[in-house]
Amino acid sequence: MDASIWSNLGLVYALLGAAVAVFLAGAGSAIGVGIAGQAASGVVSEDPSKFAKVLIMQLLPGTQGIYGLLVGFITLSKVGLLGGGAAALDPQTGLLVLAACLPIGIVGLISGKYQGMTSAASIGIVAKKPDQFGKAMLFPAMVETYAILALLISILAVNAVQI
Amino acid sequence: MAVLQMQRISICGLKKDRKAILEKMQSLGVMEISQATEETEGFEKMDTVNARSGFERKAHAADQALAVLDIYAPQKKSLLSGLEGKALVEREEFSQAVGNKEELIRTADAIIAKSKEIAEAKAAILKTENQIESLLPWLSLDVPMSYTGTEKTSLLIGTVSGDMTVDELYGKIAQAEPAPAGVDIQVIHSDKDACFLAIICLKADEAAVEEALRSCGFARPSQVIDKKPCEQKELLEAEITKLNTEIKETEAEITSFAGSRRDLELVSDYFRTRADKYEVLGTLPQSQRTFVMSGYVPKKYVAAVEKAIGDKYDCVLDIEDIKEDEEPPTLLSNNGFSSSVEGVLESYGLPHKGEFDPTTIMSFFYVFFFGMMLSDAAYGAIIAIACFIVLKKFPRMGEGMHKTIKMFMFCGVSTVVWGILFGGYFGNVVDIVSETFFGKLVTVPALWFIPLNDPMRLLVYSLAFGVVHLFVGLGIKGYMELKEGRTLDFFCDVVLWFAFLIGLIMLLLPSDIFASIAQTKIVFPPVLNTVAKALAIGGALGLVLMSGRESKNPILRIALGAYDIYNITGWLSDVLSYSRLLALGLATGVIASVVNQMGSMFGKGIVGVIGFILVFLVGHTLNLAINLLGAYVHTNRLQFVEFFGKFYEGGGKPFEPFKSDTKYVTIQDGKEAK
Repeated sequence: MDASIWSNLGLVYALLGAAVAVFLAGAGSAIGVGIAGQAASGVVSEDPSKFAKVLIMQLLPGTQGIYGLLVGFITLSKVGLLGGGAAALDPQTGLLVLAACLPIGIVGLISGKYQGMTSAASIGIVAKKPDQFGKAMLFPAMVETYAILALLISILAVNAVQI
Repeated sequence: MAVLQMQRISICGLKKDRKAILEKMQSLGVMEISQATEETEGFEKMDTVNARSGFERKAHAADQALAVLDIYAPQKKSLLSGLEGKALVEREEFSQAVGNKEELIRTADAIIAKSKEIAEAKAAILKTENQIESLLPWLSLDVPMSYTGTEKTSLLIGTVSGDMTVDELYGKIAQAEPAPAGVDIQVIHSDKDACFLAIICLKADEAAVEEALRSCGFARPSQVIDKKPCEQKELLEAEITKLNTEIKETEAEITSFAGSRRDLELVSDYFRTRADKYEVLGTLPQSQRTFVMSGYVPKKYVAAVEKAIGDKYDCVLDIEDIKEDEEPPTLLSNNGFSSSVEGVLESYGLPHKGEFDPTTIMSFFYVFFFGMMLSDAAYGAIIAIACFIVLKKFPRMGEGMHKTIKMFMFCGVSTVVWGILFGGYFGNVVDIVSETFFGKLVTVPALWFIPLNDPMRLLVYSLAFGVVHLFVGLGIKGYMELKEGRTLDFFCDVVLWFAFLIGLIMLLLPSDIFASIAQTKIVFPPVLNTVAKALAIGGALGLVLMSGRESKNPILRIALGAYDIYNITGWLSDVLSYSRLLALGLATGVIASVVNQMGSMFGKGIVGVIGFILVFLVGHTLNLAINLLGAYVHTNRLQFVEFFGKFYEGGGKPFEPFKSDTKYVTIQDGKEAK
């Protein structure tokens, strides 16, 4: 009885993986975009003409959420939850999928927050020296590198799990 | 593809030609004024600060008047009007406006004064409204507020705090000394903050009653009006109406000036250019009869300057090459394709003196990588066509904007190519639509392969493109060192690194690790393996021995060399950074597929089609926007950090010629030749 419950949990683990990817990375982006948005609002209240520039800055930490969505989607389609015919997963495979989703989830959460803080600082550059926009944009992009690396490993790992 | 060579031109002319020459140089706009010589005896600089600030004030007045006009008589502007650029104006129209300049400045001052009147009237309205507000509780009082009573009785008007009751007040008054004969308290109005009272008593008792009331916090109203409150309110309201009509009239007067908008713009530009001219004039050393003007001119314009100035005026033109210790401004010159990414280079920093201009090489990689990151044929087509239309429709937009839009157009074209290679058209819209609505799966085959089905393959290619990009960067560094004659540096910094890296790559290719990533085993003939080992070991040894060559101490030198070998981790992370080419490309495609999938969930039929179209429009707009931003940011990053990190310093200062720096219009010389 007990054993059969445990051996049926494969799909649950896999779905948990997709959820973790979307939830953690999305939360990271939400925090980051929120932090940057506060700085951006301050700049626009002083000089509305900088709206477009600071909006771009604010959006930069938003990509982690998209990466999370991406991994979540790939996971769902991998285990067949999107097409209707869910694959029967053994717990080991399910946990493999869960593990594969962790990099983008955790790195997305942390890098999203810190990218948001960097974006807020870069918005300060745009406020004082609008012509340095190109350089200001680079600092948040540096943080994002690690989210991209995590995304890469998550995608490769999800794809590599044999179902 | 180059940095334009600059030359220094010094013009020594007669003072009587001073203004003519200055104006000519300003209209040519090819010289950055920079006085080489320090103060020489006999030469003095003119003080032009007063004249300049006078002109600036007038230009500012015209600007302010235009801003006021924009508030009260706004021009209809489309969303894209920012791209239109400055209007073309015939010289004749300009001269006409300039002829009326004093009158126009008076107009501008009048407009500003009127806008101040409106602001004052608005403040007055606010004040009157406050007065009405404070009158409201007294409205039901039917005597003037200054009324003090009849022959025998006194009227006391005032407030006590809101929690007092009338009975309490009567009690207080009854205790007063001497006890008042008769008191009547009427509550005019009461709210939670205050109780508004009218109290009638005998004149003889007035002092005693008031004293008693004061002990309960009674206070006379702060403003006493000799009219009944309701009459006073009507008066104040009439005043507001009057002020409002005044504002309307003043606004109409301002609006009637809307026709002078263009003239005001012209005058503003006129005074702005004159202020610029006087600023330059203030820097020129002048003797009693002559003046000297010196600055940088791109070599290809030197002849034009000679023709325009040297042939027409009595002056000495001295042309010399840039001296060793001078740092001339940088002006880039590239072909139509490559110049479009000049803006990207500028945002990093222009090449400094003697540095290689990487624009051309960068432009190819830029467009290549951008397309790879966005990699959707439909998105690319949208971007390319939109940019093309904007370019055609607004030919007069600012130069920087023009370049940027052109760059996005080329990037769009590259995106189309990559989209076709990877089989992405709005993600997988063809598959979804054909399957959902027509019941038959149709797939547009990818010309190369579909990244999602074989991500490892694309990863290997991404890293390979990265290696090429980085090697080109290192190559440019070598080229620059050779050009400067630093052969030893070239050998140690570039050749040894190339040998080391190529050797390592050749060792990696046949290995099992690479085989597991690329899923194909590469087998080199044994000769190549030996060559690879020789290159890697030779390169590494060379680096250990040579990198610390500035240090005399042999132990320190070896240590520095070993530390330089450690830079291989930097190379590794640089190459891995190119994996974003894969990641961002996948992101575009997968999110587009998610959108399509969501759209198809409405099923078949009319509802399904409408639902699909809605989801399609919103979803793909968002996806395009966010991935366009991502592709732009990360292409910049690959250029700035990975590519430029290998060879480029930047830090040149941009060429800022002395020219007619207008804000609103460009003056066109119609028939009269330049």
